[in-house]
Amino acid sequence: MIYLELFWSFFQIGLFSIGGGYAAMPLIQEQVVQVHPWLSATEFIDLITISQMTPGPIAINSATFVGMRIAGLGGALVATAGCVFPSCILMLILAKLYLRYKNMTAFQGVLKGLRPTVVALIASAGLTILLTALWGEEILSSLRAPDWIAVVLFGISFFVLRRYKVNPIWVMAGSGILGGALYLLL
Amino acid sequence: METDRIICCGVFEDELLDIWSLLFLESGKDMNRCKLYGKLFLSTFSLSAFTFGGGYVIVPLMKRKFVDRFHWLEEQEMMDLTALAQSCPGAVAVNASIIVGYRVSGILGALVSILGTVLPPLLILSVLSLFYAAFQSDPVVNAVLKGMQSGVAAVIADVVVSMGGQIAKEKSVLSWIILVGSFFASYFLEINVVWILLVCGALGVLQLLFHRKGEGNL
Repeated sequence: MIYLELFWSFFQIGLFSIGGGYAAMPLIQEQVVQVHPWLSATEFIDLITISQMTPGPIAINSATFVGMRIAGLGGALVATAGCVFPSCILMLILAKLYLRYKNMTAFQGVLKGLRPTVVALIASAGLTILLTALWGEEILSSLRAPDWIAVVLFGISFFVLRRYKVNPIWVMAGSGILGGALYLLL
Repeated sequence: METDRIICCGVFEDELLDIWSLLFLESGKDMNRCKLYGKLFLSTFSLSAFTFGGGYVIVPLMKRKFVDRFHWLEEQEMMDLTALAQSCPGAVAVNASIIVGYRVSGILGALVSILGTVLPPLLILSVLSLFYAAFQSDPVVNAVLKGMQSGVAAVIADVVVSMGGQIAKEKSVLSWIILVGSFFASYFLEINVVWILLVCGALGVLQLLFHRKGEGNL
Protein backbone atom coordinates (compact mmCIF):
# COMPACT_ATOMS: atom_id res chain seq x y z
CA MET A 1 0.00 0.00 0.00
CA ILE A 2 2.74 2.41 0.99
CA TYR A 3 4.63 1.30 -2.12
CA LEU A 4 1.65 2.23 -4.25
CA GLU A 5 1.40 5.65 -2.58
CA LEU A 6 5.11 6.29 -3.11
CA PHE A 7 4.91 5.21 -6.74
CA TRP A 8 1.86 7.40 -7.42
CA SER A 9 3.30 10.47 -5.68
CA PHE A 10 6.57 10.32 -7.55
CA PHE A 11 4.78 9.44 -10.78
CA GLN A 12 2.96 12.79 -10.48
CA ILE A 13 6.23 14.55 -9.70
CA GLY A 14 7.86 13.00 -12.78
CA LEU A 15 4.88 13.78 -14.98
CA PHE A 16 4.43 17.43 -14.01
CA SER A 17 7.95 18.71 -13.42
CA ILE A 18 8.24 20.76 -16.59
CA GLY A 19 11.32 22.80 -17.35
CA GLY A 20 14.00 20.78 -15.59
CA GLY A 21 16.16 21.69 -12.62
CA TYR A 22 14.22 23.33 -9.83
CA ALA A 23 10.83 22.82 -11.50
CA ALA A 24 10.42 19.56 -9.58
CA MET A 25 10.89 21.24 -6.21
CA PRO A 26 7.37 22.68 -5.68
CA LEU A 27 5.85 19.33 -6.70
CA ILE A 28 8.07 17.39 -4.33
CA GLN A 29 7.24 19.77 -1.50
CA GLU A 30 3.54 19.40 -2.20
CA GLN A 31 3.66 15.60 -2.28
CA VAL A 32 6.02 14.79 0.58
CA VAL A 33 5.27 17.62 3.03
CA GLN A 34 1.68 18.70 2.37
CA VAL A 35 -0.23 15.77 0.83
CA HIS A 36 1.65 13.07 2.76
CA PRO A 37 3.29 13.56 6.16
CA TRP A 38 6.53 11.96 4.95
CA LEU A 39 8.95 14.79 5.77
CA SER A 40 8.78 17.84 8.04
CA ALA A 41 9.44 21.29 6.55
CA THR A 42 12.98 21.23 7.95
CA GLU A 43 13.69 17.72 6.67
CA PHE A 44 12.50 18.85 3.25
CA ILE A 45 15.07 21.68 3.23
CA ASP A 46 17.77 19.22 4.31
CA LEU A 47 16.71 16.98 1.42
CA ILE A 48 17.04 19.86 -1.06
CA THR A 49 20.44 20.71 0.42
CA ILE A 50 21.62 17.10 0.13
CA SER A 51 20.36 16.82 -3.47
CA GLN A 52 22.22 19.99 -4.38
CA MET A 53 25.47 18.70 -2.92
CA THR A 54 25.32 15.29 -4.65
CA PRO A 55 25.20 14.33 -8.33
CA GLY A 56 21.86 13.47 -9.92
CA PRO A 57 18.56 15.26 -10.56
CA ILE A 58 16.58 16.60 -7.56
CA ALA A 59 13.56 14.44 -8.37
CA ILE A 60 15.53 11.17 -8.46
CA ASN A 61 17.47 12.12 -5.33
CA SER A 62 14.24 12.94 -3.51
CA ALA A 63 12.56 9.74 -4.64
CA THR A 64 15.41 7.67 -3.23
CA PHE A 65 15.68 9.69 -0.01
CA VAL A 66 11.97 9.72 0.78
CA GLY A 67 11.40 6.12 -0.38
CA MET A 68 14.28 4.92 1.79
CA ARG A 69 13.00 6.78 4.87
CA ILE A 70 9.41 5.65 4.48
CA ALA A 71 9.79 2.06 3.31
CA GLY A 72 13.47 1.09 3.05
CA LEU A 73 15.27 0.04 -0.10
CA GLY A 74 12.07 -1.29 -1.69
CA GLY A 75 10.49 2.12 -1.16
CA ALA A 76 13.48 3.85 -2.74
CA LEU A 77 13.28 1.61 -5.81
CA VAL A 78 9.51 1.99 -6.20
CA ALA A 79 9.62 5.79 -5.80
CA THR A 80 12.50 6.13 -8.27
CA ALA A 81 10.70 3.90 -10.78
CA GLY A 82 7.58 6.04 -10.40
CA CYS A 83 9.59 9.17 -11.00
CA VAL A 84 11.25 7.87 -14.18
CA PHE A 85 8.23 6.07 -15.66
CA PRO A 86 6.43 9.12 -17.17
CA SER A 87 9.70 10.30 -18.74
CA CYS A 88 10.18 6.94 -20.47
CA ILE A 89 6.70 6.86 -21.98
CA LEU A 90 6.60 10.55 -22.95
CA MET A 91 10.13 10.62 -24.36
CA LEU A 92 9.47 7.63 -26.60
CA ILE A 93 6.20 9.15 -27.87
CA LEU A 94 7.88 12.52 -28.42
CA ALA A 95 10.79 10.89 -30.24
CA LYS A 96 8.37 9.14 -32.61
CA LEU A 97 6.42 12.37 -33.22
CA TYR A 98 9.62 14.29 -33.73
CA LEU A 99 10.99 11.80 -36.25
CA ARG A 100 7.73 12.05 -38.17
CA TYR A 101 7.12 15.80 -38.15
CA LYS A 102 10.52 17.34 -37.29
CA ASN A 103 8.56 20.24 -35.87
CA MET A 104 7.88 21.01 -32.25
CA THR A 105 6.78 24.66 -32.41
CA ALA A 106 3.27 24.09 -31.03
CA PHE A 107 4.65 22.10 -28.16
CA GLN A 108 7.37 24.61 -27.44
CA GLY A 109 4.77 27.40 -27.53
CA VAL A 110 2.89 25.74 -24.68
CA LEU A 111 6.12 25.29 -22.74
CA LYS A 112 7.03 28.92 -23.22
CA GLY A 113 3.60 29.86 -21.88
CA LEU A 114 4.30 27.75 -18.80
CA ARG A 115 7.55 29.49 -17.92
CA PRO A 116 6.03 32.26 -15.75
CA THR A 117 4.03 29.60 -13.88
CA VAL A 118 7.13 27.52 -13.25
CA VAL A 119 8.98 30.57 -11.89
CA ALA A 120 6.00 31.43 -9.67
CA LEU A 121 5.79 27.89 -8.28
CA ILE A 122 9.52 27.76 -7.55
CA ALA A 123 9.20 31.17 -5.87
CA SER A 124 6.31 29.92 -3.75
CA ALA A 125 8.20 26.81 -2.60
CA GLY A 126 11.31 28.94 -2.14
CA LEU A 127 9.49 31.41 0.10
CA THR A 128 8.35 28.57 2.36
CA ILE A 129 11.95 27.36 2.52
CA LEU A 130 13.24 30.87 3.30
CA LEU A 131 10.69 31.46 6.07
CA THR A 132 11.41 28.04 7.57
CA ALA A 133 15.15 28.74 7.47
CA LEU A 134 14.77 32.16 9.13
CA TRP A 135 11.95 31.57 11.61
CA GLY A 136 11.84 27.80 12.13
CA GLU A 137 8.87 25.55 11.53
CA GLU A 138 6.10 27.36 13.41
CA ILE A 139 6.26 30.48 11.24
CA LEU A 140 2.66 31.60 11.32
CA SER A 141 1.86 30.75 14.92
CA SER A 142 4.32 33.24 16.39
CA LEU A 143 5.48 36.68 15.42
CA ARG A 144 8.81 36.36 17.11
CA ALA A 145 12.14 37.73 15.87
CA PRO A 146 13.91 35.74 13.19
CA ASP A 147 17.04 33.67 13.79
CA TRP A 148 19.62 36.43 13.27
CA ILE A 149 22.46 34.05 12.39
CA ALA A 150 20.26 32.61 9.60
CA VAL A 151 19.41 36.13 8.36
CA VAL A 152 23.10 37.08 8.16
CA LEU A 153 24.04 33.79 6.46
CA PHE A 154 21.23 34.21 3.95
CA GLY A 155 22.31 37.80 3.23
CA ILE A 156 25.96 36.87 2.68
CA SER A 157 25.09 33.82 0.57
CA PHE A 158 22.66 35.73 -1.62
CA PHE A 159 25.13 38.58 -2.13
CA VAL A 160 27.96 36.19 -3.05
CA LEU A 161 25.73 34.29 -5.49
CA ARG A 162 24.43 37.41 -7.24
CA ARG A 163 27.70 39.32 -7.27
CA TYR A 164 30.28 36.61 -8.01
CA LYS A 165 28.18 33.86 -9.67
CA VAL A 166 29.99 31.14 -7.73
CA ASN A 167 28.94 27.48 -7.85
CA PRO A 168 25.98 26.98 -5.43
CA ILE A 169 27.74 23.95 -3.92
CA TRP A 170 30.45 26.21 -2.47
CA VAL A 171 27.90 28.67 -1.11
CA MET A 172 26.04 25.88 0.69
CA ALA A 173 29.25 24.32 1.97
CA GLY A 174 30.40 27.75 3.17
CA SER A 175 27.16 28.58 4.94
CA GLY A 176 27.20 25.08 6.48
CA ILE A 177 30.68 25.52 7.92
CA LEU A 178 30.24 29.16 9.01
CA GLY A 179 26.71 28.54 10.31
CA GLY A 180 27.74 25.33 12.04
CA ALA A 181 30.54 27.15 13.85
CA LEU A 182 28.29 30.08 14.84
CA TYR A 183 25.41 27.90 16.08
CA LEU A 184 27.79 25.75 18.16
CA LEU A 185 29.74 28.67 19.63
CA LEU A 186 26.96 31.22 20.30
CA MET B 1 37.88 20.19 -12.88
CA GLU B 2 34.69 18.55 -14.07
CA THR B 3 36.42 17.68 -17.36
CA ASP B 4 39.36 16.04 -15.56
CA ARG B 5 36.97 13.85 -13.69
CA ILE B 6 35.20 12.77 -16.85
CA ILE B 7 38.50 12.00 -18.56
CA CYS B 8 39.59 10.01 -15.51
CA CYS B 9 36.52 7.86 -15.58
CA GLY B 10 36.94 7.58 -19.35
CA VAL B 11 40.24 5.79 -18.77
CA PHE B 12 38.73 3.64 -16.09
CA GLU B 13 35.87 2.81 -18.41
CA ASP B 14 38.11 1.40 -21.14
CA GLU B 15 39.56 -1.11 -18.67
CA LEU B 16 36.09 -2.10 -17.51
CA LEU B 17 35.06 -2.53 -21.14
CA ASP B 18 37.96 -4.90 -21.73
CA ILE B 19 36.86 -7.02 -18.77
CA TRP B 20 33.29 -6.85 -20.03
CA SER B 21 34.23 -8.04 -23.54
CA LEU B 22 36.43 -10.81 -22.09
CA LEU B 23 33.43 -12.07 -20.14
CA PHE B 24 31.21 -12.05 -23.21
CA LEU B 25 33.80 -13.15 -25.76
CA GLU B 26 32.28 -16.63 -25.79
CA SER B 27 28.96 -15.42 -27.13
CA GLY B 28 30.46 -14.75 -30.58
CA LYS B 29 28.14 -12.70 -32.75
CA ASP B 30 26.33 -11.15 -29.78
CA MET B 31 29.60 -9.72 -28.60
CA ASN B 32 29.30 -6.42 -30.41
CA ARG B 33 25.83 -5.85 -29.02
CA CYS B 34 26.89 -6.72 -25.52
CA LYS B 35 29.86 -4.42 -25.87
CA LEU B 36 27.59 -1.64 -27.07
CA TYR B 37 25.25 -2.05 -24.08
CA GLY B 38 28.27 -2.18 -21.78
CA LYS B 39 29.62 1.00 -23.27
CA LEU B 40 26.21 2.69 -23.03
CA PHE B 41 25.77 1.66 -19.41
CA LEU B 42 29.26 2.66 -18.30
CA SER B 43 29.17 6.00 -20.06
CA THR B 44 25.74 7.01 -18.70
CA PHE B 45 26.73 5.71 -15.26
CA SER B 46 29.95 7.73 -15.12
CA LEU B 47 28.27 10.86 -16.52
CA SER B 48 25.56 10.62 -13.89
CA ALA B 49 27.93 9.82 -11.03
CA PHE B 50 30.30 12.70 -11.64
CA THR B 51 28.01 15.46 -12.82
CA PHE B 52 26.93 17.96 -10.21
CA GLY B 53 24.34 20.53 -11.15
CA GLY B 54 21.79 18.46 -13.07
CA GLY B 55 20.54 18.52 -16.63
CA TYR B 56 22.11 21.68 -17.94
CA VAL B 57 25.60 20.47 -17.05
CA ILE B 58 25.18 16.87 -18.16
CA VAL B 59 23.97 17.67 -21.68
CA PRO B 60 27.23 19.23 -22.98
CA LEU B 61 29.19 16.37 -21.40
CA MET B 62 26.92 13.85 -23.14
CA LYS B 63 27.54 15.64 -26.40
CA ARG B 64 31.29 15.37 -25.92
CA LYS B 65 31.05 11.65 -25.19
CA PHE B 66 28.40 10.47 -27.66
CA VAL B 67 29.13 12.82 -30.56
CA ASP B 68 32.85 13.61 -30.36
CA ARG B 69 34.18 10.42 -28.82
CA PHE B 70 31.93 7.51 -29.81
CA HIS B 71 30.42 9.07 -32.99
CA TRP B 72 27.05 7.51 -32.19
CA LEU B 73 25.14 10.67 -33.14
CA GLU B 74 25.55 13.69 -35.39
CA GLU B 75 25.99 17.04 -33.70
CA GLN B 76 22.72 18.43 -35.10
CA GLU B 77 20.81 15.32 -34.00
CA MET B 78 22.23 15.63 -30.49
CA MET B 79 21.03 19.24 -30.36
CA ASP B 80 17.54 18.25 -31.48
CA LEU B 81 17.41 15.41 -28.97
CA THR B 82 18.53 17.81 -26.25
CA ALA B 83 15.71 20.19 -27.14
CA LEU B 84 13.30 17.25 -26.89
CA ALA B 85 14.72 16.22 -23.52
CA GLN B 86 14.28 19.76 -22.22
CA SER B 87 10.70 20.02 -23.53
CA CYS B 88 9.56 16.78 -21.94
CA PRO B 89 8.45 16.66 -18.30
CA GLY B 90 10.86 15.05 -15.86
CA ALA B 91 14.56 15.38 -15.13
CA VAL B 92 16.51 16.61 -18.16
CA ALA B 93 19.43 14.22 -17.48
CA VAL B 94 17.08 11.21 -17.41
CA ASN B 95 15.19 12.34 -20.53
CA ALA B 96 18.42 12.93 -22.45
CA SER B 97 19.80 9.52 -21.58
CA ILE B 98 16.51 7.80 -22.54
CA ILE B 99 16.48 9.42 -25.96
CA VAL B 100 20.20 8.87 -26.63
CA GLY B 101 19.95 5.22 -25.55
CA TYR B 102 16.91 4.77 -27.78
CA ARG B 103 18.62 6.31 -30.80
CA VAL B 104 21.74 4.22 -30.27
CA SER B 105 20.09 0.86 -29.76
CA GLY B 106 16.30 0.89 -29.41
CA ILE B 107 14.14 0.21 -26.35
CA LEU B 108 16.74 -2.00 -24.69
CA GLY B 109 19.32 0.73 -25.19
CA ALA B 110 16.95 3.22 -23.53
CA LEU B 111 16.49 0.87 -20.56
CA VAL B 112 20.25 0.33 -20.22
CA SER B 113 20.97 4.05 -20.22
CA ILE B 114 18.15 4.83 -17.75
CA LEU B 115 19.65 2.24 -15.43
CA GLY B 116 23.09 3.81 -15.83
CA THR B 117 21.72 7.29 -15.12
CA VAL B 118 19.51 6.42 -12.16
CA LEU B 119 21.81 3.99 -10.35
CA PRO B 120 24.43 6.50 -9.06
CA PRO B 121 21.95 8.87 -7.34
CA LEU B 122 19.98 5.85 -6.09
CA LEU B 123 23.06 4.37 -4.42
CA ILE B 124 24.42 7.67 -3.08
CA LEU B 125 21.11 8.90 -1.66
CA SER B 126 20.27 5.51 -0.13
CA VAL B 127 23.49 5.62 1.85
CA LEU B 128 23.07 9.31 2.72
CA SER B 129 19.50 8.83 3.94
CA LEU B 130 20.77 6.17 6.38
CA PHE B 131 23.46 8.57 7.58
CA TYR B 132 20.90 11.35 7.82
CA ALA B 133 18.61 9.20 9.96
CA ALA B 134 21.54 8.25 12.22
CA PHE B 135 23.11 11.71 12.60
CA GLN B 136 20.09 13.99 12.33
CA SER B 137 20.07 14.71 16.06
CA ASP B 138 23.84 14.98 16.46
CA PRO B 139 24.53 18.58 17.62
CA VAL B 140 27.37 19.25 15.18
CA VAL B 141 25.57 17.77 12.15
CA ASN B 142 22.44 19.62 13.19
CA ALA B 143 24.28 22.98 13.41
CA VAL B 144 25.90 22.47 9.99
CA LEU B 145 22.58 21.49 8.41
CA LYS B 146 20.94 24.53 9.99
CA GLY B 147 23.65 26.75 8.52
CA MET B 148 23.15 25.13 5.12
CA GLN B 149 19.41 25.90 5.23
CA SER B 150 20.19 29.60 4.85
CA GLY B 151 22.60 28.80 2.01
CA VAL B 152 20.05 26.71 0.11
CA ALA B 153 17.39 29.38 0.65
CA ALA B 154 19.80 31.89 -0.93
CA VAL B 155 20.49 29.54 -3.85
CA ILE B 156 16.77 29.24 -4.59
CA ALA B 157 16.24 32.99 -4.17
CA ASP B 158 19.06 33.52 -6.70
CA VAL B 159 17.42 31.08 -9.15
CA VAL B 160 14.05 32.83 -8.78
CA VAL B 161 15.59 36.29 -9.33
CA SER B 162 17.47 35.08 -12.44
CA MET B 163 14.42 33.31 -13.91
CA GLY B 164 12.15 36.22 -13.02
CA GLY B 165 14.61 38.58 -14.76
CA GLN B 166 14.26 36.56 -17.95
CA ILE B 167 10.46 36.77 -17.76
CA ALA B 168 10.75 40.54 -17.17
CA LYS B 169 12.81 40.87 -20.37
CA GLU B 170 9.85 39.60 -22.40
CA LYS B 171 7.92 42.74 -21.39
CA SER B 172 4.68 40.80 -21.66
CA VAL B 173 1.80 41.83 -19.42
CA LEU B 174 0.21 38.39 -19.76
CA SER B 175 3.39 36.71 -18.45
CA TRP B 176 3.30 38.92 -15.37
CA ILE B 177 -0.38 38.23 -14.78
CA ILE B 178 0.27 34.49 -15.04
CA LEU B 179 3.30 34.77 -12.74
CA VAL B 180 1.55 36.75 -10.02
CA GLY B 181 -1.66 34.71 -10.34
CA SER B 182 0.19 31.38 -10.10
CA PHE B 183 2.17 32.56 -7.10
CA PHE B 184 -1.00 33.75 -5.32
CA ALA B 185 -2.81 30.49 -6.12
CA SER B 186 0.06 28.37 -4.88
CA TYR B 187 1.30 30.29 -1.84
CA PHE B 188 -1.84 31.88 -0.41
CA LEU B 189 -4.68 29.71 -1.71
CA GLU B 190 -2.56 26.52 -1.45
CA ILE B 191 -4.07 25.15 -4.64
CA ASN B 192 -2.46 21.91 -5.84
CA VAL B 193 0.58 22.64 -8.03
CA VAL B 194 -0.63 20.17 -10.67
CA TRP B 195 -3.90 22.09 -11.17
CA ILE B 196 -2.05 25.37 -11.55
CA LEU B 197 0.23 23.85 -14.18
CA LEU B 198 -2.72 22.31 -16.06
CA VAL B 199 -4.72 25.55 -16.10
CA CYS B 200 -1.74 27.63 -17.22
CA GLY B 201 -0.81 25.02 -19.84
CA ALA B 202 -4.36 25.22 -21.19
CA LEU B 203 -4.05 29.03 -21.27
CA GLY B 204 -0.85 28.62 -23.27
CA VAL B 205 -2.65 26.39 -25.81
CA LEU B 206 -5.51 28.88 -26.13
CA GLN B 207 -3.10 31.75 -26.63
CA LEU B 208 -1.31 29.77 -29.33
CA LEU B 209 -4.59 28.95 -31.14
CA PHE B 210 -5.63 32.59 -30.91
CA HIS B 211 -2.33 33.72 -32.45
CA ARG B 212 -2.62 31.13 -35.23
CA LYS B 213 -6.12 32.36 -36.05
CA GLY B 214 -4.92 35.95 -36.15
CA GLU B 215 -2.13 35.04 -38.55
CA GLY B 216 -4.56 33.07 -40.73
CA ASN B 217 -6.83 36.08 -41.17
CA LEU B 218 -4.04 38.31 -42.40
